[in-house]
Amino acid sequence: MAAAREVLVSAAKKFFVLGLIGVPITDRFASVVPVRGRSMSPTFNPETNPLFDDRVMVEKLCLRRYNFSRGDVVVFRSPVDHKEKLVKRIIGLPGDWVGTPHTYDVVKVPEGHCWVEGDNEIPSMDSRSFGPIPLGLASGRVVRIVWPPQRMGEVEQKVPEGRLCPS
Amino acid sequence: MKLLSYIKQWKSAARETIARASIAAQFLSLIHITDAYICSTTLVQGPSMLPTLNYSGDVVLIEHLSHRLGKLEPGDIVVVRSPVDPKKIVAKRIVGMEGDRVTYLTEPSYSESSRTVLVPKGHVWIQGDNVYASADSRYFGAVPYGLIQGRAFLRVWPIRDFGFLG
Repeated sequence: MAAAREVLVSAAKKFFVLGLIGVPITDRFASVVPVRGRSMSPTFNPETNPLFDDRVMVEKLCLRRYNFSRGDVVVFRSPVDHKEKLVKRIIGLPGDWVGTPHTYDVVKVPEGHCWVEGDNEIPSMDSRSFGPIPLGLASGRVVRIVWPPQRMGEVEQKVPEGRLCPS
Repeated sequence: MKLLSYIKQWKSAARETIARASIAAQFLSLIHITDAYICSTTLVQGPSMLPTLNYSGDVVLIEHLSHRLGKLEPGDIVVVRSPVDPKKIVAKRIVGMEGDRVTYLTEPSYSESSRTVLVPKGHVWIQGDNVYASADSRYFGAVPYGLIQGRAFLRVWPIRDFGFLG
């Protein structure tokens, strides 16, 4: 009995230490998060089954200088609900003119903001509904898919053709 | 025989190194967790919060709990990642939460003209106490709640002004 308790206590201690050291690593360097929903399909979640949602690795070093480029997939806090985090692709950076296909309008991205959109055609919660968002809301850049194993691989940068007039 | 004792020695040295490194890592992690999730210090400079905070720079304590728990209310001094430059962090006072109507002077130095706006969902309206020299929501509009980094609650330096911030 005593031996079993000792084993349990030492295991709990190890878990605690691992958790403690894990927090700064996930905050500052990289973490793994699941992607929910269809808005980034086919890049993430090409299947509709929520049991097989993609897990992606999010890199945080880019937050030191906020050096994002067009085509990066980023995780950011929703500007309408701070408890919600969204994964979208950056289309335009400060100073760019971005065309919105549905309203035939051209929008200038203000200083310190970016234009984000989902890869899917279906309307999603992105800059098409709430406009450009401050870069300060970004909490990381998605670099690769880590789960499921058959979909493992890097996430590539891509910018849709003819949507953008860079500054 | 000699090799065995050498391996043994090496093993114990390695174990000790790992134990020490783990203690150092735990210590650093605790510092990070305290700094990021509970309380940190920061130096606030500039004219925008006069007369509450000094022009030449005050050291204030920032707590990171109430914005996560949704306990912020109008009147709190918050530090916010600037929407116009994500590398900069600014200290301002919350004037209105989402759904509030805020009235402000458009050109305080020249005229009495004012404007009333509705703060959109998920946003807060922040303003400096010094209406004449502050780049705030009057200039860039309401800011998303997600940009708030913490609430300034205690001034620790200069020591003669030590005390809670209202």
